[in-house]
Amino acid sequence: MKQKFKNLFSGGLGQLTIPLIAILLLVIFNLIRDPSFFSIGIMHNNDGNVVLAGNLISIINGASELAILAMGMTLVTAACGGQDISVGAAAAIAGSVFVKVLKSTSEITGLTVVLAFLCACIVAMLFGAFNGTLVAIFKIQPMIATLILYTCGRSIAYWINGGATPTVSSPIITALGGFIPGIPVPTPVIIVLVAGIVLKLVFRFTSLQLFTQSVGINGSAAHLNGINEKFIKMLSFVILGVCVAIAGSIGVSRLGLINHETLLIDIEMDTILAVAIGGNSLGGGKFKISGSIIGAYVIQMLTITLYAMKVSSTDVKAYKAIVIVLLVVIGSPVVKKKVDKLMMRIRKSKDRNTVKGAQS
Amino acid sequence: MKKRALATLLALVLVMSLAFTGCSSSDGKKSDGPIKVGVVNNPPSESGYREANVKDMEAVFSKANGYELKTAYSLKNDEQLQAAQGFITEGVDYLLISAAETTGWDEVLKKAKEAGIKVYLFDRMINVDESLYEAAVVSDMAKEGETAVNWLLGQKLDVYNVIHIQGAMGSDAQIGRTGALDAQFASGKMNKVVQQTATWDEAEAKKIVGSVINSGEDFNVIYAENDGMAKGAVAALDENGITHGTNGKVIVMGFDCNKWALRELLSGAWNYDGQCSPFQAQIISDLIKSGKAPSSKIIINEEKGFDAKDLKQSDIDTYGLGE
Repeated sequence: MKQKFKNLFSGGLGQLTIPLIAILLLVIFNLIRDPSFFSIGIMHNNDGNVVLAGNLISIINGASELAILAMGMTLVTAACGGQDISVGAAAAIAGSVFVKVLKSTSEITGLTVVLAFLCACIVAMLFGAFNGTLVAIFKIQPMIATLILYTCGRSIAYWINGGATPTVSSPIITALGGFIPGIPVPTPVIIVLVAGIVLKLVFRFTSLQLFTQSVGINGSAAHLNGINEKFIKMLSFVILGVCVAIAGSIGVSRLGLINHETLLIDIEMDTILAVAIGGNSLGGGKFKISGSIIGAYVIQMLTITLYAMKVSSTDVKAYKAIVIVLLVVIGSPVVKKKVDKLMMRIRKSKDRNTVKGAQS
Repeated sequence: MKKRALATLLALVLVMSLAFTGCSSSDGKKSDGPIKVGVVNNPPSESGYREANVKDMEAVFSKANGYELKTAYSLKNDEQLQAAQGFITEGVDYLLISAAETTGWDEVLKKAKEAGIKVYLFDRMINVDESLYEAAVVSDMAKEGETAVNWLLGQKLDVYNVIHIQGAMGSDAQIGRTGALDAQFASGKMNKVVQQTATWDEAEAKKIVGSVINSGEDFNVIYAENDGMAKGAVAALDENGITHGTNGKVIVMGFDCNKWALRELLSGAWNYDGQCSPFQAQIISDLIKSGKAPSSKIIINEEKGFDAKDLKQSDIDTYGLGE
């Protein structure tokens, strides 16, 4: 126990140090600024459901899409040493398919929603496989490979629903994007939880994590050890495709309509940022999904903190950038090395002092 | 040289194709035949508004009403200009235009005048000398705003703390619908909690309202300059467990009268929706059939505002846009 505690202070948290410190700082900052920031209220919403509300809920709920995309993005980053910048556009496609299928059924029932989601999933996985093929087989840099879908994705989404912004209104969709009657926790939060648990189980019962890491660290060495490098890379993109479909469907359900131009716009950058804040190497290799998820909540917490400080939503991006620059610089190898050296010196001088103390 | 020949050829093909489609739809009797009307419009996929607008045009300028209708749809000004040119060459009697852009129409309209074709503008104004067209049938966006704000004043709230979500800055609809509310802010009758543009975007509107909720500021009115943004705003309210509508804490106002939005009114989730009428065809048809020059160059389309309390299903069927 003591050892563990010691490890915590000597950087034993490893790559989670930076995101956890960031969260801690934000929490302390908010508590000093306004102690009621984290208060949670119990409200009755328009449908008569009892729901939890408050800034904390806003943070956890609002980061849902980002957290889910960050899970998939971490895998792609680890396996391919590059990022998929097309997740926002792909989510628009998945969301459009989701709505298209819902619209083509006469009545929206639980079954049709599942069907629509499965269709969205398949389409998103296909686009993921397309990206994966370019990266794994044609060895194109991930950013360039996914740039193609980034550029044309929203046009494809436009075709699916003929350029209109169709609305879907159904209690089931409202429940998916908001609250299930009787459950005061927002549904997207539950979805993130389920997705996280599923991923954790996959890692526990398969060698996916190990294989992904070895491909990311050294592809040819992994290949020599009998790991199918191409398959692992492809698989990471397909898994990201599933994440994209989930995120897109949540996004659509929140508003009850699909706007292919603005659904999850610019989320690719936030997703990559979440992976980076999570302490994962953007060059591939070792990774921690939990880091990326915490990274996603850091970003959202930052946004909500700025909102709470009455910064208008248009100005938020600029202020966010300042904090993120700080975070990234603190997490950079150069600063890390300097800090490590400093810690070493402090420890040394401490040791010397204790030795001196013992002598006298 | 080659390019020019190609362009001419293309133009010729376009004109011919338009001529052929024209021929196939009627026998083309010269005298006492149907009144030939060429409509240059934006494509129905643009919005619920446009969809209703196009349907209305087709319904009013029908064969049964003694018209022969030719249509061309494009979001691009140059394609619209070409189509208008085509209609002139073909020899229509009337040219109806809802332009993609306000500029670039001088030449075409002059040619139309020389050819004796009467031009009506609908929905959108064009930046040309007003002698070049008979009349423009448009919406008075400022009046839409006034109607809405007067309705809001009629609610006799103790205090008005308004979240004002604006459309794309500089558009006719935004300027018109903002004006009336700005006057109330200036006079101090209503308090501006936040006034920000979401450029007609639902997600951005949700973000704006969400940010106000997180900041802990109090508000009881959401004035969104279109239906989509009102929907986004309401999504933020629902997420945070704030009630809205006829029995709720927050009054929700939108514009455009999409059918789905009017259904929100009917269920009591919203309070008010201002109409932006896409139905100009009947007014123009009446002018054409009367044979007289309109008394004014600009004809304002009568528009309503709907209160959730008096809305009936029949109103949705009559005035609602889209599906």
